[in-house]
Amino acid sequence: MSVAPASPNVIDTPIPVLEARGIAKAFGPVEVLTDITLSVMPGEVHAIIGENGAGKSTLMKLLSGHLAPTRGTVAIDGEPVTFSGPVDAEHRGLVLVHQEILLAPDLTVAQNIFMGRELKRGLMVNDREMNRQSAEAVRSLGAEIDPTTQIARLSIARRQLVQIARALQVPHRVVIFDEPTASLTPFETEALLKVIRDLRDKGVAVLYISHRLPEVGAIADRITVLRDGKLIATRSAAELQPVDMARLMVGRDMSQLYPEREDTATRQNVLDVKNFDVPAYARDCSFTLRKGEILGFAGLIGAGRTELFEGLVGLRTAHGEIKLNGKPVKFHNVRDSMAAGIVYLSEDRKGKGLLLAQDLRTNLTLATLEKFTRGPLIERKREDKSLDKAITDFDIRARRRDLLAGQLSGGNQQKLLLAKMMLLEPGIVIIDEPTRGIDIGTKEQIYRFIADLAKAGKSVVVISSEMQELIGICHRILVMRSSRIVGEVTGEAMTENEIVVYATGVKINEAELYSAGNA
Amino acid sequence: MSDTKAITDTRGFGRKMADLDKTAVAPFLALAALFILGALVNPNFLSVDNLLNVLTRSSFIAIIAVGATFVISAGGLDLSVGSMAALVAGIMILFLNSGAVDGDMAMLAAGVVVAIGVGAFAGLLNGAVITIGKIEPFIVTLGTMAIFRSVTVWLADGGSIAMKSIAMRNMFRPMYTGVFLGLPIPVWIIIAAGALGAFILYKTSFGRHVIAVGSNEDVARYSGIHVNRVRAMTYILQGICVAIAVVVYVPRLGAATTTTGMLWELQAITAVVIGGTALRGGVGRIWGTICGAFMLEVVGNIMVLSNIVSEYLIGAVQGTIIIIAMLVQRTLQKKKA
Repeated sequence: MSVAPASPNVIDTPIPVLEARGIAKAFGPVEVLTDITLSVMPGEVHAIIGENGAGKSTLMKLLSGHLAPTRGTVAIDGEPVTFSGPVDAEHRGLVLVHQEILLAPDLTVAQNIFMGRELKRGLMVNDREMNRQSAEAVRSLGAEIDPTTQIARLSIARRQLVQIARALQVPHRVVIFDEPTASLTPFETEALLKVIRDLRDKGVAVLYISHRLPEVGAIADRITVLRDGKLIATRSAAELQPVDMARLMVGRDMSQLYPEREDTATRQNVLDVKNFDVPAYARDCSFTLRKGEILGFAGLIGAGRTELFEGLVGLRTAHGEIKLNGKPVKFHNVRDSMAAGIVYLSEDRKGKGLLLAQDLRTNLTLATLEKFTRGPLIERKREDKSLDKAITDFDIRARRRDLLAGQLSGGNQQKLLLAKMMLLEPGIVIIDEPTRGIDIGTKEQIYRFIADLAKAGKSVVVISSEMQELIGICHRILVMRSSRIVGEVTGEAMTENEIVVYATGVKINEAELYSAGNA
Repeated sequence: MSDTKAITDTRGFGRKMADLDKTAVAPFLALAALFILGALVNPNFLSVDNLLNVLTRSSFIAIIAVGATFVISAGGLDLSVGSMAALVAGIMILFLNSGAVDGDMAMLAAGVVVAIGVGAFAGLLNGAVITIGKIEPFIVTLGTMAIFRSVTVWLADGGSIAMKSIAMRNMFRPMYTGVFLGLPIPVWIIIAAGALGAFILYKTSFGRHVIAVGSNEDVARYSGIHVNRVRAMTYILQGICVAIAVVVYVPRLGAATTTTGMLWELQAITAVVIGGTALRGGVGRIWGTICGAFMLEVVGNIMVLSNIVSEYLIGAVQGTIIIIAMLVQRTLQKKKA
């Protein structure tokens, strides 16, 4: 096999600490990554951006020893290397911070940080020292977490920080972050970006994968764009605005990301919720939803938004008054609310939305099987027809129809979940984190779909941690903080500032001061 | 990864062959290998009589294992099937001895109904404690395993419970020894149980729900499936399967003893696992299960015919088979990933 001569984008003299020289990866006959050449210098933050399925994660796995390239080489300090596995890569100072949380939930923060490399004193583990070092490691990431806390008691965002602290315990020269901010709030994101800047200033090379383009612009020195497994461009970050990044990622103009909104101010209420409680999660929540309205729910992670709506549709124990079209209703379980025309799409697509190990057809009809049966018998032909329609209507892109749901990209999984729940023909659709982990091209489709639902007279609740998206698509936004609805923003007042004030109870200027003081 | 291309159905024959799930084919290949081994060991092995005899003897486990396929596909486990069989057999015989119904034939028919009722109730008990009590199926059925066994021993007063009426025994015996259209009755019952099981698991919404619950209980719940109801149903089905197996078993000896059904849970779970059903749930293979039950009996038969390994070690061999089957399953799955 002939290897193309390497042409790394070296900035003259210094030798890149990590390089990919024309690497490619094929799974079976499908090449998912083609001839990628890039490098990262000591003290440089190099961001990799691209839509889902562009090959970013595969590239990171090749660079961190989790996968071996089919073609091309990886080089450290200019010397070609072959990793025997991720541990080998770690020994060479290459650390990957995974996107998924890989911690033992029943162990403490310190036990997780030192798992597999416990400090000992004689035969015994030295808990005191591990706790001390863990507290310090977490503090250096800008957080205060008691190192003896069980992981299960921490929020997702804090778990993420623990995971980063754990990764950084290994002596490192290159740190690869795979979408580290996907589940972080703006404050936490800012804290993490500061950690990355500190790493950079210490001469560590950082590879940074993210969907969040403004954040990439703020942190990266150089940016590489991948599309369909190919390297589209590597540019200095100063040359690229988020709009340009999006254009390069998608391959077309993205100026109109959010669709038009209709005025719904005078329409009648379809849902009145009064004094609604979900024990331990939501207290005394009251709100209304109008016909054809898109209502946003903002707030920090852990504010109780997800649980409020899980309680509302009967997935959790809850008390309070719900009026649907003026009539009081009570949902004992989720079937009741589905029958009443309310559906909830979980933020946890992989854990609660789709059966990843089953095919598309099984997933599509799971909530509505009774519509596809004659007597006890499932009519597969009608299921197949329905899948055809869903694939067209929702633009689900799958190589083959018999793929498993787990083999779809995040965006296509979300479309499949939408298609599945729409078969219930709901009047009210609650979508939790509709675009989490989804590329920008699919985001636009999902926004358009939500807008079309509203235009068709259905009402939509969107729970999201991405304030821009709420501001872009919603008629009104309610903000939750610590289990309560604390504010409503509409019209001109729908700005990130306003939302953050309610979500945190702190004026944004103070928050800026706070983070500036820390920097 | 590159699932951005439009959908085109380009499945030719070669593609279909490549797609064939190896875990689905593996048990049948293993059975073929056993046939070759058996033929080498003893030329009589491949005789129709011998094979039908082996198949007949595998019927108890095969029928029970059809039920176990449902339980395991839904992510559950039932360790109590062996003792449940003993209990159902004991109660059925006690009922037959009671003379509660006039006429031997009517009595036998009523006995079958009683057996199925007791089996279904025992299954319901397992299912209810597991779902309402939210206790691990392993623990619940370990407990009921002891309870069912102990109650049987108590009912039998430490000995055995035998059918008293010789006339009724003679009338019932063909259930095990009889032949219909060239096949032994127990073989017909295996076929019927398999066909019905496959129909329920693959073609009905209940079967789809079983797979969904075993695949991911949360997704099932969020999709509006009554998860507890589905799980409890699988245990009831398991109980009914145990009862049907008992109806085939009782006429063979006409008695239930304290050791009736000993280690049947091991054999039933082994049959399910070597049949390609995933122990973590989400995949169920009825015909694989029946093939697995047959294989277990074939192995025993080869051991008897060959004298290489003492037949007293049959439990050890079956125990080894389940472990090897798990290893094979795991390797096949890894390759798939």
